[in-house]
Amino acid sequence: MIGLLTRVSPQTLRFLALGLALLATVLFFATQIEGYLSARMFNRISTSAAVVLPIAVGQAIVIMTRNIDLSAGSILGVVAYMAGQTLGAMPDLHPVLAVLLCMVIGACFGALNGILIAFGRVPSIIVTLGTLALYRSFLVEWSDAKTITTASLPQWLVDLPSASAFSIGDLDVRVTVLLALGACLVTGLALTFLRSARRFYAVGSNPDAAVMAGINAPRIVLTAFIISGAFAGLSGFLFLAKFGNITVVAGLGFELKAIAAVVVGGVSIMGGSGSMIGVLMGALLVDTIDNSLTRWAVVSEFWRDALLGMLIMAAVTLDTLANRQLNRLRSANGDQP
Amino acid sequence: MTSVLTPWERGLLAVFLCTLALNAAFAPEFLTIRNQINLFQLSIEKIIVALIMTLVIINAEIDLSVASIMGLSAALFGYLVNAGMGGGGAVVICLAAGLLAGLVNAILVARVGIPSLVVTLAMLIGFRGLARILVEDNSLGDFPTWFTDLGQKGIVGPIPVSILLFFVLLVLLGMTLHRSSFGRQVIVIGTNAEVARFSGLNVARVKTILFLLSALVSALCGLLYAARLGSVRGDTAFGFELDIITMVLLGGVSIFGGKGSMVGVFLSILIILNLRNGMGLMNLTGHIQTGVIGTLLIASVLLPNLLADLRARRARS
Repeated sequence: MIGLLTRVSPQTLRFLALGLALLATVLFFATQIEGYLSARMFNRISTSAAVVLPIAVGQAIVIMTRNIDLSAGSILGVVAYMAGQTLGAMPDLHPVLAVLLCMVIGACFGALNGILIAFGRVPSIIVTLGTLALYRSFLVEWSDAKTITTASLPQWLVDLPSASAFSIGDLDVRVTVLLALGACLVTGLALTFLRSARRFYAVGSNPDAAVMAGINAPRIVLTAFIISGAFAGLSGFLFLAKFGNITVVAGLGFELKAIAAVVVGGVSIMGGSGSMIGVLMGALLVDTIDNSLTRWAVVSEFWRDALLGMLIMAAVTLDTLANRQLNRLRSANGDQP
Repeated sequence: MTSVLTPWERGLLAVFLCTLALNAAFAPEFLTIRNQINLFQLSIEKIIVALIMTLVIINAEIDLSVASIMGLSAALFGYLVNAGMGGGGAVVICLAAGLLAGLVNAILVARVGIPSLVVTLAMLIGFRGLARILVEDNSLGDFPTWFTDLGQKGIVGPIPVSILLFFVLLVLLGMTLHRSSFGRQVIVIGTNAEVARFSGLNVARVKTILFLLSALVSALCGLLYAARLGSVRGDTAFGFELDIITMVLLGGVSIFGGKGSMVGVFLSILIILNLRNGMGLMNLTGHIQTGVIGTLLIASVLLPNLLADLRARRARS
C-alpha cells in the first residue's frame, strides 16, 4: 500500500480523492432529497457551476503565480452591469461581440490590478483588497442606483440560459455550460502544451529562479491578472444571462467561491502547481454542495457559508498534511522528495 | 520630536494636521469635545482591532477573519440573550467563543503550517457563516439596558468605555511591541522566521498568542459594536477588515513584517477618522468613502516603493 502511494503521482491521488468526494456528495444527497437524480437537478447544478467556472479558471492562473485576486467578484459585477447596459442600448450587437466585450472590459480592470502588482511591487493581497472595494464603489456610482432588468435585454440573451447545445439521453447540455467548459479546456490545453503558458508555473514555484532563467516575471504576473480579469468578465456575461436582473451587489462574494473551487481543486496556494481538471472538479464539488444544501430540508440555507469555509479549510489542511506525509514516505524510500 | 519619528511618520503627522485644519475651517463645530468623541465613537471597534492587527502584521502574518469574528460574537450575544440567557453570562460565552475561533486560526497557522492568508480567508467565510446560522435574516435586539448603556453612554464624564479601552490598549500594546522581550520576538520573527527559529525562539508560541489575542479583541469589539448599535444582524461588521488593514499599513507597517510602530498606526488612525468625518461633512456617500479607503490602502504601499525607486535612481546618477 505504501509502495503504491509513493508511486502514484500526488496529482492522480488528488483527482481520485476529488472524484470520490463528488460521488459521495451526490449519493448522499440522492438519499436525502426526493427527485435529486433528475435532468432538472443536472441542469440546475451545471448551469450554476458554469457561472463560477471561468472566474475560477482565471483565479487559478493568478494563484499559480503565487498571487491572489480578491477583486474578481467586483469585476464580475461591474462587467455584468455594463454589458447589460450596453446590450440594452444596442440590442443588435452580435452575441460573439457581446462576449468579447465582456472579456475586454474585465481584462482592463485586471490590467489595472496587474500593473500595480507587477510594476508598483505592491502585494496582490493589498492591491486586490483595495480594488475589491474600489471597483464596487465605481459600480455603485456608475449605476446611479438603477438596476438592469430582464425586460431591457435582447431576446437571444434571455433565451440563452435555457438553450441546449446537445443532449445525452435525458440530460441537456446547455450552451452556457459548453461555453464555460470550452474556456476551461482551452486554458488547460494551453497550460499543458504551450511553452509560454508554462511560465506561469515557473514564476509561481520560484520567482527568483524564474528571473535567473531569463523570464520576465513582472510581465507574466501582469498577464495572469489580465487573464483573471477577462475570465471574470466571461463569468459576468454568464451571470447576466442566467439572472437577467443586475443590481450593484451582483457577484458579491464570488471571488471567495472561486478561490474555494481553486483550492479544493488542488491548486497550491503557494504557487507553482495546479491543473484545470482539478479546478473543474473543485468548481463542480463546491457548486453541487451549494445547490444541494438549498434544497435539503435538514439544514437551512444559512448553513452555506459556514460549510463553504469548512470545505476550503478541510481541503487545504488535508493537502498540507498529505503532502508532508508523502514527502516523508518518499525520503524514507530513498526517492527524491 | 522630529528625531523620534521616521520620515513616513513625519509625513503622516503633516497629513493629519492638514485634515485637522481643513475640517476645523469647514465646520466650526468640529473642534468641540462632543464632535471629537463622536469621531472616535463612530469607528471605535475598528480602531481597537487595528491595534492588535499591527502586531500580527509586524509578525509577518495577517488575520482576515477579524470582522467575521466580530460578527460571530455579536450574533452569538444576540442569539443567547434572545434565548433567555443573562447578559453577563452571554458576554463570557461570546469571549470564550472568540478565543476558540482564535485557537482554530492559531493551530492551523502555527502548528499545521498553512499560510495565515489562506486560513483566515477561509475563516472569514466560515465564521461569518456561523453568524448567519445564528441570526438567519433576522435583526436581534432587546439587549439589557446596562449592556447598551455600556456602548452608548459615557463612563468617565462623556467618554464611553470603548474609547478608554482604545487608549489603554494603545499604550499597553505599544509598550509590549517596543519595550518588552515579547515585542522584540514579534519583530524578529516578522523579519525572518527561519533565523528566529534557529536562534531558539519559540515561533509557534508567539504566533499562537498573537492569533488568540487578535480573536479575543475582535470578539470583544463585536460586543461593543452590538452594544453601541443596540441590535445585531447576520452581516454585522461585514467588510471591516478592509478599513482595519488600511489603518495598519497606512501607519507605515510593512506587509512583509518586521517593520512598523504603534505611533505610526495611531497617526494613521487619526488621519482616517478625520478623513471619514470630513467626507461625511462634504456629503460624500459611504460607498465613495470606502473607495477612498481602498485607494489609500494601495497608495500606502505604492508610494514608499516609488520613493525608494526614485532614491535609488538619484543615488546612481
